[in-house]
Amino acid sequence: MPERNLVQAVRDALYEEMERDDRVCILGEDVGRKGGVFKATEGLQQRFGEQRVLDTPLAESSIAAVAQGLALEGFLPVAEMQFADYSFPAFNQIVNEIAKVRYRSNGDFGCPLVIRAPTGGGVRGALYHSQSPEAFYCHVPGLKVVLPSTPADAKGLLKAAIRDPDPVIFLEPKKLYRAERQEVGDGDAAVLPIGVATVVRPGTDLTAVTYGFMRAVTIQAASRLSADGIEVEIIDLRSLRPWDVESCVRSIEKTGRVAVVYEANRTGGFGAEIAAELAERCFASLDAPVSRIASPDVPAMPFSPSLEHAFMLNPDKVADGLRRVARY
Amino acid sequence: MPTDDRTLTREQVLDAYRTVLRARTLDDRRFVLNRAGKLAFIISPRGHEVAQVAAITALQPGRDRFCLYYRNFAAALACGFTPEELMLSAFARAADPSSGGRQTPGNFGSRRRGVIIGSSTVGPQIPKAAGIGLALKWKGEGALCYVSFGEGATSQGDFHEGLNFAAIHRCPVIFFCENNRWAISVPQPLQVAGPGVAERAAGYGIPGVRVHGDDFFAVHLAVRQAAERARIGDGPTLIEAEVLRLQSHSTDDDQRAYRDAAELAAEAARDPIPRMRDMLIQRGWLTAEDDAGLRAEVDREVERATEAAEAAADPEPGSLGRHVYADA
Repeated sequence: MPERNLVQAVRDALYEEMERDDRVCILGEDVGRKGGVFKATEGLQQRFGEQRVLDTPLAESSIAAVAQGLALEGFLPVAEMQFADYSFPAFNQIVNEIAKVRYRSNGDFGCPLVIRAPTGGGVRGALYHSQSPEAFYCHVPGLKVVLPSTPADAKGLLKAAIRDPDPVIFLEPKKLYRAERQEVGDGDAAVLPIGVATVVRPGTDLTAVTYGFMRAVTIQAASRLSADGIEVEIIDLRSLRPWDVESCVRSIEKTGRVAVVYEANRTGGFGAEIAAELAERCFASLDAPVSRIASPDVPAMPFSPSLEHAFMLNPDKVADGLRRVARY
Repeated sequence: MPTDDRTLTREQVLDAYRTVLRARTLDDRRFVLNRAGKLAFIISPRGHEVAQVAAITALQPGRDRFCLYYRNFAAALACGFTPEELMLSAFARAADPSSGGRQTPGNFGSRRRGVIIGSSTVGPQIPKAAGIGLALKWKGEGALCYVSFGEGATSQGDFHEGLNFAAIHRCPVIFFCENNRWAISVPQPLQVAGPGVAERAAGYGIPGVRVHGDDFFAVHLAVRQAAERARIGDGPTLIEAEVLRLQSHSTDDDQRAYRDAAELAAEAARDPIPRMRDMLIQRGWLTAEDDAGLRAEVDREVERATEAAEAAADPEPGSLGRHVYADA
């Protein structure tokens, strides 16, 4: 199997699904000629033509709306929002229109489409190229939300998202686009089910539930705790709506302790929902309060390296948080 | 704008007149039912009926797509909804074909009729129609997408994004603005600078046409010409039909509170339905006796529709969670 980084895996998934099904098409800003600002669609317009890989005007609401129109007519559009921060001009189309098509038509219409967007920080992107807005979309019944953290997961879940009959918000941690390479399968065998978590690291003393870039950070933090004899079990959710509650519950029944590690700011983040659900489900198994390890409640991530560093979770901060839960 | 009656038979025009009468009679009945506490919320097409039906009569329900807005009650009838179906929607019954009683009446949808399910925010259907138009262009079957909205919606960013996209890609779309000069209580001069909406077409490099909405043949001709352009690949047209809002914005509004009484009286005297009737009588297509007979027939139809809808079942409370996703 070929080795791929995450952005190459995204591109491969798009390529394979476009080869497999000629209803699949791509639209967004700079996705055609340039192949995407992160090169996620590189070479696709040359291969599939200007219709199936469409450079749109710089207008996110119409990107979402046009994708919806295409989906209503039987196409399978994959729309790119250049940054997750830029999906907000399309918020009404996504939340009021796309997410509610099936429900408000009592099942007469469906809206199978994917909206891809690079998410998260740590790349000197500052306030408007670093946000982690997954909680906004996870709040919306009718949407599915996926946030992978490895090349194989990105490919397998993007293929599943394109084949899904419902709208999927597909968030790609841009910090990981070129971080790691791994062997990635292809074809139908590479498809992964939406809504299934993976245990990244087995452990006995404490469960860390995480996703996205925080997976790698939590792995590093866990090795520090391991040196102190504390073994952390790490669960990477991969999908946030639906999310795999049962895998988390099983782990907590074993460890009796849980922390949720997420990159977004703390208040109202999706980690808060995870924490609330696990507190309800696991109360009898818990030896410590369910804990959140998240970014500070400032409007967004600043540009200056010192401030960016102060905002971002890192292995030290996560290790501190995990130790507090372990020692409670 | 010359009148045009060459492409319509007497039967077609009389059928359109019957649809106009149905809309008015049904709407009057809905208001009575609302005042009696039986219907929660109604948006009236009063004053718009002739323009709406004239427009749809120039198109091909079953082949074309229709993105209607909340005041398009008469247009929905012209697209094939029956009086009973629209009454089911007014009573929010389970058998409401648009949404099974989920949406307020005025959000029309029917896949088999090509009526794309509507929603209640203002303007999102405009760029969506551009996307549907793009899909129809790709399919190359000569179908088009008709999208309608009030002049208030032209202040939304989605109006610009939709026209811009459709113009760039020469999508087969007819943008039909029903300008009644009032967006609830805000008059046209506070909504649009300059003479009106039609002039804005120039900025997109597409034809913009203004018609008197009470002139059945003028509206029909404008839409027919726009449809001809759309079907041969000449792209979209913006049509502004000047209409009267002879009823308050909705049953929760009373326009006497913010509109001049003399102006309201003058507009009531310009009701387009008597004008259409007089035109038909003048042509010798209708007699006063025919008209009385037709009205009596429509009254009976509305009576039956009301009785059937009032007796129909409400949605099962257990159906609340259905159709959130394809598998539920």
